[in-house]
Amino acid sequence: MRDPIAKKVAGMKSSGIRKFFDIVSEMPDAISLGVGEPDFDTPWHVRDEGIYSLERGRTFYTSNSGLMELRTEICRFLRSHYEVSYDPASEVLITVGGSEAIDIGLRAMLEEGEEVIIPEPSYVSYLPCTIMAGGVPVELSLKEENEFRLTAEEFREAITPRTKILILPFPNNPTGAIMERKDLEGIAKLCIEHDIFVLSDEIYAALTYKNDHVSIASLPGMKERTILINGFSKAYAMTGWRLGYACGPKNIVEQMTKIHQYCIMCAPTTSQYAAVEALRHGDRDVDEMREAYNERRRFLLHEFKRMGLQCFEPYGAFYVFPSIKEFGMTSDDFCTKLLKAKKVAVVPGTAFGECGEGFVRISYAYSIENLKEALGRIEEFITELRNKR
Amino acid sequence: MNEKDIKEMRLSILKAIEHDGRVDLNELAIRLGLDATDIANAMSDMEKEGIICGYQTLIDWDKTDDERVTALIEVRVTPQRGQGFDSIAERIYKYPEVDSVYLISGGFDLMVIMEGRSLKEVSQFVTNKLSALESVLSCATHFIMRKYKLNGTVLAKKHEDERMLVTP
Repeated sequence: MRDPIAKKVAGMKSSGIRKFFDIVSEMPDAISLGVGEPDFDTPWHVRDEGIYSLERGRTFYTSNSGLMELRTEICRFLRSHYEVSYDPASEVLITVGGSEAIDIGLRAMLEEGEEVIIPEPSYVSYLPCTIMAGGVPVELSLKEENEFRLTAEEFREAITPRTKILILPFPNNPTGAIMERKDLEGIAKLCIEHDIFVLSDEIYAALTYKNDHVSIASLPGMKERTILINGFSKAYAMTGWRLGYACGPKNIVEQMTKIHQYCIMCAPTTSQYAAVEALRHGDRDVDEMREAYNERRRFLLHEFKRMGLQCFEPYGAFYVFPSIKEFGMTSDDFCTKLLKAKKVAVVPGTAFGECGEGFVRISYAYSIENLKEALGRIEEFITELRNKR
Repeated sequence: MNEKDIKEMRLSILKAIEHDGRVDLNELAIRLGLDATDIANAMSDMEKEGIICGYQTLIDWDKTDDERVTALIEVRVTPQRGQGFDSIAERIYKYPEVDSVYLISGGFDLMVIMEGRSLKEVSQFVTNKLSALESVLSCATHFIMRKYKLNGTVLAKKHEDERMLVTP
């Protein structure tokens, strides 16, 4: 029989997180700080709207782009929160989570051999999606000394004549890093100078703890070269509803919609109705969740400091990314031993790119009680490691 | 600290202790990014001002052997000249059996929540004490059969974390 598998796919590494997941699955009593989704339930009024849409029998396809009502709310939301205006009729596409938007955005834009600059550590799907789209991933290692922001110098060095797209994953998973206006200005300037497009994954935009998030699309000259990706998963605790969106120039969104139309048809209708409610009446929920995350963030950072565990102060998402370099072991080793010895699951930094070596991702999408218990065990673990040396 | 900061601090403290009166002040200071002494001072000020009226414990008595009956009583009264409802409300809330008293808009005037050891005890209170008050016109007593949620806390069932242990 012929090999049924395409080489492009067979050659793709499966996510490092997957491997770790398999180990953790064998320890059901482990405490996990390894989850990349909110611990809150979707606000009840949003769930209720989803249920109501089912009761009303709204169980049909929506248009390929998604409900006009939802696209209109998204545009209103982006204008009032991030000072960027889109036309709901032609510049917005509702997708199955931010993930789909990443995939089809890259597929719509890349010619074979064109380069995509991917700052790392970052979310696991940019690299494989680039390869699947026929592009060439150019990994760019972000540095702890820059608080894992992307600097204009780093960006400039990675640019070649084949560079077409820059992925801008901020607020960042796994580091919690953010990009402020002044950081983005340098990046925007280079994009315009070198005619580079930006795929800006802003799924954690609602969760920043310093200044409000700034979208690169709101900078002069950038809206026409940016695909802004956002969604409902993180801000409204709606991961399982699988709903995101992409906004951008009409010509790109039109082509993305074509791919979306053939492989997805439309995003889930129930989720779309619930999302309208989230955008209309969910601001207070988001504020409350953000405040709760911020309390945990402060608490974690304080505890790390007390333990003497080095960690830069992250101002976004719900992750901290402490360094474990002092223990002289790989991230993988550290996480596996921590799990086996103390039954606490955290994710090795290397799951998000090789430059994550020497770091671990700790999620604070957990109650303070949970965090306390887990931190107690982590402290025991690192004290034992220090005593051994 | 200026007035606005103090206002904000007070609000964050109240939000935090509203559902957790036992929170450790040092830990609260870390969580809120505030100074523990400032928090302690603000709390004692708010106690003096009667903003913080007490620190209680939320108990689901149904899970104990202690027999208790809670009743909501709708009371219609005649307001008194010059005092409105205040003096009749006071006469009612002074009974230790009475848990809460609200002045209500709508079909009746006062909502009285009380607790007794048995149906009989509550009935006797309503018949002999409450209804007997001069300005009370009528009482409608509703016995509570089950408490699902109390002061923002769901008593019915515990919430389990059903997320997968590790996700990207």
